[in-house]
Amino acid sequence: MTLAEHIHYMGPALTLFVGAALVLLADLVLGRRAATWGMALVVVAGGLAWNAAQALAGTSGEALSGSIVVDRFSIFVTFIIFVSAFAVIAAAREWLSRLDGDAEFLALLLISAGSMALLVQSNDLITLFVALETTSIAQFIMAGIAKTDKSAEAGLKYLLTGAVAAAVLLYGFAFLFGISGTVSLPGIAEFVRSGPESQRLPLILAFVFIAAGFGYKMAIAPFHAWAPDVYEGSPAPVASFLSVASKAAGFAVALRVFYTGLGGGDTFIAQDWAMLFGALAALSMVFGNTGALLQTNARRLLGYSSIAQAGNIAVGLAAVAAGSTMGPSGVLFFLGTYVATNLGAFVAVTAVAERLGTEEIEDYAGLMKRSPLTGGVLSICLLSLTGIPPTAGFIAKVYIFNGAIAADQMWLVGLVALAVVNTAISAFYYLRWVRTMWLDDPKDAVTFRPAGPTQAVLFVAAVGVLFFGMAPTWLITAAQRAAETLL
Amino acid sequence: MLTTFLLLPLGGAVLAAFLPHDRERDARWIALTFALAAFAVSIVMFIRFDTGVEGYQFVDSFDWIKAGDFNVRYVVGVDGLSAPLVLLLGLLSVVSVLVSWNIDVKPKQYFAWLLLLEAAVAGVFISLDLIQFFLFWELELIPMFLLISQWGSGRRLYSATKFLIYTLAGSALMLAGFLVLGFEAGTFDIARLTANPPTEAVVPMAAVFWAIMLAFLVKLPVFPVHTWLPDAHTDAPTAVSVMLAGVLLKMGGYGILRIAVPLMPEQAVEFQTVLATIAGFSVIWGAIITLRQTDLKRLVAYSSVSHMGYVLLGVSAMGSMGFAGAALQMFTHGTITGLLFVMVGLVYERTHTREIARMSGLMHRVPILGIGMVIAGLASLGLPGMSGFVAELTTFLGSFEAHPTATIFAIFGVVLSAGYILWMIQRVFHGPATEEWKHLKDASEWWEFAAVGALVIAIIGIGIYPAILTDVVEAGVAPIAAIVEAVS
Repeated sequence: MTLAEHIHYMGPALTLFVGAALVLLADLVLGRRAATWGMALVVVAGGLAWNAAQALAGTSGEALSGSIVVDRFSIFVTFIIFVSAFAVIAAAREWLSRLDGDAEFLALLLISAGSMALLVQSNDLITLFVALETTSIAQFIMAGIAKTDKSAEAGLKYLLTGAVAAAVLLYGFAFLFGISGTVSLPGIAEFVRSGPESQRLPLILAFVFIAAGFGYKMAIAPFHAWAPDVYEGSPAPVASFLSVASKAAGFAVALRVFYTGLGGGDTFIAQDWAMLFGALAALSMVFGNTGALLQTNARRLLGYSSIAQAGNIAVGLAAVAAGSTMGPSGVLFFLGTYVATNLGAFVAVTAVAERLGTEEIEDYAGLMKRSPLTGGVLSICLLSLTGIPPTAGFIAKVYIFNGAIAADQMWLVGLVALAVVNTAISAFYYLRWVRTMWLDDPKDAVTFRPAGPTQAVLFVAAVGVLFFGMAPTWLITAAQRAAETLL
Repeated sequence: MLTTFLLLPLGGAVLAAFLPHDRERDARWIALTFALAAFAVSIVMFIRFDTGVEGYQFVDSFDWIKAGDFNVRYVVGVDGLSAPLVLLLGLLSVVSVLVSWNIDVKPKQYFAWLLLLEAAVAGVFISLDLIQFFLFWELELIPMFLLISQWGSGRRLYSATKFLIYTLAGSALMLAGFLVLGFEAGTFDIARLTANPPTEAVVPMAAVFWAIMLAFLVKLPVFPVHTWLPDAHTDAPTAVSVMLAGVLLKMGGYGILRIAVPLMPEQAVEFQTVLATIAGFSVIWGAIITLRQTDLKRLVAYSSVSHMGYVLLGVSAMGSMGFAGAALQMFTHGTITGLLFVMVGLVYERTHTREIARMSGLMHRVPILGIGMVIAGLASLGLPGMSGFVAELTTFLGSFEAHPTATIFAIFGVVLSAGYILWMIQRVFHGPATEEWKHLKDASEWWEFAAVGALVIAIIGIGIYPAILTDVVEAGVAPIAAIVEAVS
């Protein structure tokens, strides 16, 4: 294998790493905020282009002696991550122009996104852990970068819980290595498939620890406690990045480890970890929804909502192990629509905070009169989070629940029943918010327009949500083909 | 043709929504044009409907989502069960637009949502795929919620929210039930599911049956999940009440006959006594509560609960006569209660009160409204020669053999309904003419006459010549009855 091939396989991630250095350099040389901002966008676009080239060429294979793998799965998830990074940077223009250390922030974001791409490409536990830590450390700094009390608190909280999660994860990895004698995911898979019944208990211990470590990234209950605080306290662009890209990476890496690494749905322990994720899904929906019901702060509500949504996505993970091929594609499709939906919501909330200086939901009264674009997009995104047609959230839920039902197991039908009931509960707080924007009268006559790039992001997000709600075939097919490579 | 019926109100909604600000009031003309066009399509469809043909007619279909194992088709079609409901929807949509003629609060939005509501309900009546059906079922929520909460009166926000939560909670499990059925049969296509219904699933079929039935029973609604209805009706604007009573409740009855019964006939037969009991209780309970109402609109709303009980009673008989009665009752209740709500709305517009005790002798002041109300009232209590009579008689004939006790209870409900209707008319329209209502203006606008006239014609027309409807309905329920007979 030539060096060029090695580089090509890791191209998208490397683009962002090199780009991060260039952004810092440009800041030194040019010293203009617009230049660094534009450059970061170009870098992500370059990474996306490389990613697209891989997709078109059908690149797949291993690099770096098997520790990195490129397949449709990694390409799909990298696409999601980079798109969200691009949108977050684009919408953060105004905030960055006030930030002390904007180039450093952009560089950190690029490093974080690049590491996520590497994370979903990881094919052994060591690479995986290094990539995970790189992305996390960048995020810790980003969460605390605003130098306000709230931001510092968020950064510290995120760091402390993150450190514990990393330790737990590493402990699980150590178990896995101890039992199987290898760190390579295909090697571990081979070991598990050989059916070592006597190792059942240590294996269960191992994957419980690993699920806990990843669960922190996915913001899934009971590893969710940091999410509302960090989503509320950290700067808005960071919160939106965490809520979509970080969650997507967390779910993707869990799919990779449990599906490829633990031998997929037909091993002797598959049912065990399927049930584990089923329990986490149930907990997450219930905790997330009950928490969200009581919130008055927009970002905090989105924090709890993202916990509840993680529960929905985890239904797909539970179905994975139950032998249903629709499980992993359900997770991927849900994540794809979730990027548009949740980013749209977060960017709208950020725009309101920028212009009106508030994040309290009662201050969203009459938002449709103040800014029809912001209010309209936020409404569409909230409807999508609820799962009301014709939005992407509706199809995503139907599809992921359908996958769980197709596993043909009674407990999964029960889990879906719990999930749909929770959907009905979630309508209460999502639609209450929509109602406030449409029906209540604004306190004053102030109207506003979000910044140009923000408007563009909002518009694209809404179009995406509606498009994938009405014509989802393409994205579902892509998700299915990506999921196939996990098998 | 059916796709056109679906797209017309949708197109009208988009057009109305994007009208320039200074021509806001023209939204009503757009709404009327598109509602009339859709109505015309539904009439043509109904005339050309061939009762001799088995299966669905006017079918349009294409693959909507085609991805691996997950296939959802867009497929629409009508049979004798849905054709009358499509016609009813076309008619009532026009009436709704007409009675909204003077809406001046955000008319653009109002008419756009009203047309979107029509499109969503149309989708429910013509969808022949479970996922597509569910999509339209949920699509109807947002327009309905906004129409009540924004243009309603009284505790409108409370009522709209209650409506939303009841419907969402009711329909949540329906999706799980649909997915189980779809998985077991390997298709979401209703025609194929009907031909080959799954007999067992990983969960007990009874659980699937009730998961799906719950959504329909809430929508119908029956005791004890009916409490959202009086609130929603009372606080909704007139047009929305007309749509709600006229077609939205029918989604429940239609769902039972289209999905619950033919797809799970064994469970339907097994639980027919439960259904009959709920129905009988609903009729009586609804009627008793209606007797106690002091608010004109609430009275009509509760009478709906009682009358929709007949629909469930007819279904619970599990035979072609009962099914036909239920389907007829759905159509006739749509026209009759639609007219009642129109009349109540027109009276309220003039008196600004719905307190029955405050009104007296209105017949002297507004004779045209009075006559309209009397016609609607008499039809509602099932007077022979009007459409309500045919439907109720067929229902009772069908259900008596299977469930004599429940039927006797329900017939007693008819007696009660005569009581509350006549009592209401007596108190409001007869009695001494008081000074307070001296200056009331009778119906004089063209749109008032058009709305009332259209419904009166439908009610009396079907009363005199019911075969126009019964032939179609009987053709529609015959295959369902055959499925049920095969398992019982």
